[in-house]
This record gives sequence, C-alpha cells and structure tokens, in this order.
Amino acid sequence: MSTIARKKGVGAVLWDYLTTVDHKKIAHLYLISGGIFFLLGGLEALFIRIQLAKPNNDFLVGGLYNEVLTMHGTTMIFLAAMPLVFAFMNAVVPLQIGARDVAFPFLNALGFWLFFFGGVFLNCSWFLGGAPDAGWTSYASLALDSKAHHGVDFYTLGLQISGLGTLIGGINFLVTIINMRAPGMTFMRMPMFTWATFVTSALILFAFPPLTVGLIFLMMDRLFGGNFFNPAAGGNTIIWEHLFWVFGHPEVYILVLPAFGIFSEIFATFSRKRLFGYSSMVFATVLIAFLGFMVWAHHMFTVGMGPIANAIFSVATMTIAVPTGIKIFNWLFTMWGGSIKFTTPMHYAVAFIPSFVMGGVTGVMLAAAAADYQYHDSYFVVAHFHYVIVGGVVFALLAGTHYWWPKMFGRMLNETLGKITFWLFFIGFHLTFFIQHFLGLMGMPRRVFTFLPGQGLETGNFISTVGAFFMAAATVVLLINIVISVKGEKAPADAWGDGRTLEWAIASPPPVYNFAQLPLVRGLDPLWLEKMEGKKELTPAEPLGDIHMPNSSFLPFIMSFGLFVAAFGFTYHQETAWGLPVGILGLLITFGSMFLRSVIDDHGFHIHKEEVLELEKKGANA
Amino acid sequence: MTNQMNSGNERVDLAYRRRKNAEEMRHQVIAFVLMILLTLIAFAAVGYEEFSHWFVIPFILLLAGVQVAFQLYYFMHMSHKGHEFPALFIYGGVLVMLVLVWAFSTIVWW
Repeated sequence: MSTIARKKGVGAVLWDYLTTVDHKKIAHLYLISGGIFFLLGGLEALFIRIQLAKPNNDFLVGGLYNEVLTMHGTTMIFLAAMPLVFAFMNAVVPLQIGARDVAFPFLNALGFWLFFFGGVFLNCSWFLGGAPDAGWTSYASLALDSKAHHGVDFYTLGLQISGLGTLIGGINFLVTIINMRAPGMTFMRMPMFTWATFVTSALILFAFPPLTVGLIFLMMDRLFGGNFFNPAAGGNTIIWEHLFWVFGHPEVYILVLPAFGIFSEIFATFSRKRLFGYSSMVFATVLIAFLGFMVWAHHMFTVGMGPIANAIFSVATMTIAVPTGIKIFNWLFTMWGGSIKFTTPMHYAVAFIPSFVMGGVTGVMLAAAAADYQYHDSYFVVAHFHYVIVGGVVFALLAGTHYWWPKMFGRMLNETLGKITFWLFFIGFHLTFFIQHFLGLMGMPRRVFTFLPGQGLETGNFISTVGAFFMAAATVVLLINIVISVKGEKAPADAWGDGRTLEWAIASPPPVYNFAQLPLVRGLDPLWLEKMEGKKELTPAEPLGDIHMPNSSFLPFIMSFGLFVAAFGFTYHQETAWGLPVGILGLLITFGSMFLRSVIDDHGFHIHKEEVLELEKKGANA
Repeated sequence: MTNQMNSGNERVDLAYRRRKNAEEMRHQVIAFVLMILLTLIAFAAVGYEEFSHWFVIPFILLLAGVQVAFQLYYFMHMSHKGHEFPALFIYGGVLVMLVLVWAFSTIVWW
C-alpha cells in the first residue's frame, strides 16, 4: 500500500471513506453525517415554528406535529450534537496529545458506522408508516400507548444501535488518552479540550448503560410481549423515567463539557494568554461530571417522589452551579488583560458566556422544586434547555467548526461570511428563545400543537418564529462558506498564527501518520512554549523511523449494516412472516463479520522512513 | 506494547522473574482453592434448612464480594503496578451505582 498522495476518482474516494480507520477521516464522516442530521433537525424545528407562527394554525396537526417534535429532539441530541462533538474529538484529540491515531482505529470506524446506521434506521420511520411520537424522552406511558404505527420501535432500535456506537467511541477515547499521550504530556499538561473529552468519555461509559437497559425493557414491552412498564401486569411505568434520566442528565454534560473544552481552547488562543486557572478548570470539569450523576430526579419533581427526595435533588442540582461558575470566571479572567483577536470563533466564545449564563440561571430557578411545579412542561422549560444546548453546545460546535476547519480540511473558512453567520445566528437564537421564557410563564404548555387567539400568545410566538428563520439563514450562509472554501485560502500549519496546542504544530490537513516524530512535550501549551523560545517547531522525542499503520477495513460497515437489517426484521416480526428470518439474517451478518475480524490476522503495514521524509518535504512545500 | 524495562535483553534478571512467577503461581493456587471452598460454603449455606433466609442471602452476597475481590486481585492482576486506571474506573462505577441504589432505596421509593 502506498501513501503517496495522488488524484483519485469518486469511487476510490468513496471506498476510501467506507473502509477508513484513520481518525481524521472518521472525523470528516462524523462531521458530514452529523451536519446532515443537524440540517434535518433544523428543518423539523422550522416546521414546528411555522405551525406555531399564528393561533389555530393547521400546517402540522395532531399526530404529525407529535412526530415532528419527537424527531426534532431525538435527532438534535443523538444524531446531530453527539456526532458533531465526536467529530471534533476525533479530529483533534489524537493530535493534541501527540498520538498517531486513537488506541483502537478499527473500533473507531465501527463506532461511527453504528451511529450512522442507527440514525438512518430512525429516520426510515418517516417513510414506513410514521415517526416516533412519544417525545424525545419517550416516557413509557406514552410510548406503550403509541400503537398506530411502528414509530417508537424505530426509536428504541435506532437509538440502541447508535448508542452502542457512542459507547464504543467513549471507551476508545478513554484508552487513547490514558495510554497514547506523547512523552512529557502528563495529565496536567493536557489541553482543556482533551480533558473535557476524557471526562466526557467516562460519563459516556457510566451513563449509556442505563439507557441501554431502558431501551431493552421498552423493546421487550413493545415487540416481545414484556411487561416491564405495564402496571396492569405488575410493571412500573416510572422505572423508564428513572432509567432515562439517569442517562439523560449526564447526557447534558456529555454534550456541554466538550463545548466548554472547545471554548477553553478558543479563549486561550485568541486572548493569546494561558488559560486562567487551568487546574481549577480541570477540577471543575471532573466535579460537574460527578455531580451530574446525582441529580437525575430533578427532571421528575412533579412525578410525586415526595418532599424529601425533591428537596435533596433540588439542593444537589443547585450545587452544579458552583463548578460551572468557576469555569465562567476563569474564561472571563483568561480574556482579562489578554491581547484579544475577534475572529469568528472568538465571537461565538464571547457570545456564549452571557447566553449560557442565562440558561444556567433559569436552570437554578427550575431546580427549586416548589417553583418547578409552576414551570413544569411549559415553554419556560423549552426556553431553558434551548439556552443551555444552543447557547452552549451549538455555539461551541459552530465555533469549533470555524476554529478547526483549517486543521481538518486544509482551507480557511471566510471570516466575513463567518461573522455574518454568527450575527444572524446570535440574533435569531435570542429572538427565538428569549420570548419563550415569557410564553411559558404566561402558561403556554410545551409539546402542544396549537394555541388559541386572544390569550396574549400571538406576538410572542410570531417573534419566536421570525427568530427561527434568522437561524436558518445563518445556516445557509455557513453552507455557502463551506462550499466556497474549497477554493479558499490554503491554511498553514499554525492556521490562526496563535496556536498553542500540538495540533497546530503539524501540516493542515495533517499527514496520515500525524507526527513524523512524536513530539517532546515540555509544558502546558507546548507549541506556544516552543514559539516563545524562538523555535519554529517542537523538539522530537524519537528518531525518524518506519511508522506502523493499521489497515483499512470494510468490516465495521458490514457489522453495522447487519444490525440495521436485524432491526428491520425484529420491528416487523410480530405481523409478518419475513420479520424473524430477516432479523436472524441481520444478526448472522453482524456476528459473521465479527468472526471474520477475529480469525483474519491483520498486522497492518509500515510507512517507511524514506516515504515519511518525502511526504514531510511535500507537506512543508504545500 | 512497549517494554517497561530499560534493557531489551530478555534474560535480564531471569532468576528474579522466575522467583516472582513462582510466588504468583502459589498465590493463584491458594486463591483458587479458597474460591472453591467459598463456593462450597455458599452451597452448603443454601442447602442447610435450619438457616433463615435473612441470614443466608446477606451471607452468600458477602461471599460473592470476596470472590470478586479474589478474581480481580489475584487472577486479573489488579494488585500489580499499572492497574491504577482500571481500579479508578471500577471503583468510580461502583460508587455511582451505590449512590443510585442508595437514593432509590432511601428517598425515591420509600
């Protein structure tokens, strides 16, 4: 196998991506498919806002509205935000710790394809009778009652498959960060984004199993005659809610901790200053993760757990504001006295602070259990979690896209268009969701497809809809920016000129083996350290030699495809004769390819020293 | 993966490593015998009619805990150096689960 770059046909590129185990290409795959699901979820959001633009509207009525709102939430959380976070983890973390790849490249590809097929399966429901319609939380009392079509089955099996992919990805990053740091890269020298990835992966490891268990119970109840959630047969419908939120609350931190990590990188880079209070940032991240497991029942204050449980979960929830506050102040102090450069990513970072703090403040309001009885299931809650997730996570994903695009694709995104995107999105976001606090306080319930005229809700809803279109326009500008970037300015290694961490020390995009020689890390922000001492590049920690690389493999795709087929079979096994055989066939495909993976010896290959030298020379010229 | 020793020579300190392996083997055999013994005691406890359930169930759970510790520390080498992270994650997971069970059994459902 040669690694000399050459022009390839469309088919060859496609095959390359279908079989790749390279973390950088898997990052592209996550970014593209996560991006497509983001557009889909955004479209669903627009439909919701069009329906609610005026009272008594009939654009989406009843069941269809339920399907759209369920799919909006499910898609945005599981199929857009999570994979986009994984895109940046894959693109950046191995580079930041000075590694040549993740610990298990094959598993990395498997994780992606499982997520992808799970997401595709979930969305197939649109064409096969109807999408899931029990809300993204899919409470068992609703989900077991949704009998008109197979929507909820697509939810359980689709999320089960993609959840497996996420779990595999999380474990992979844990092992990578523990074992594959470059010489000198101690834990307390790891960049904040790597720390966030590490803690997030631990959260994934502990939080996804409860979801898996919950989904298995729900699958049993709906498809195999189980009664876990059926009170009439001795089950308990509340168990689902607990299982879901034991997963669901850490999930919020699984999304937002990487967002914090991305902003920590951006603040330090564009303030051209070391991150303020690095060790307290690490401490706060770990503390948020730990507390994140102790607060799940605050989603269930109105279930009737009693005053003691409500009070304890209420106080536990409020304590999370403390480490989060530490972080906010650290970011502010990072900027204070820095030589700030207002690039597009920095715009998002600066806008993130007030936006996210607003989400945090309403969070503490909601945490007060007694007050929550008023806010519960109203648009106030909708406004709160959109402030947290859009103002925190989506801002970070957009910022990260602009910040790391040159590293991932070798071209700069246009800064002017980037700032237009930012302003449209920022204004649209606040226009859409700020007013929803008040709609909620006026009594507008969430998840209801219409409202009546003359109740004072018209203006607020109309403003909210206008805001949604601003965000849509921002997304269109971003897409245009991406398309024209193909012919855009070529990015140098240190694309922003102020890079601090290891990823900016190697070519953009990096060669397939990342580092010709693993770097020696002499402190926090290793590249900045070397630059301050007048050096152009990092000190190598090893002599130049042959580099061992893993072989590409098509098996991850086939394994995941097998589960995709099996999911179809089991969904329809009750009413059709072909269901069961197809289900078994799918499992055979999966287990067969796992068997192949076990028996075929795959020792990878070497890129020889001479080839590395040649590639490095080319990279330097480009 | 990478050898932790400074020398690539396989025969370095052969005598030391032989002694070490023999000692470890002895530990494993002892642990194995103890584990079989514990299993027999568990069966006996369940089989003996005179004991009440209130004694037997906590008792065999305790024995199970000891078995898990033997398994982890003697057979899966958690007592060796370089197993700090597996230990951290096992105890972290156990802690999170215990808090969950504790919360359910004290404030959520009773």
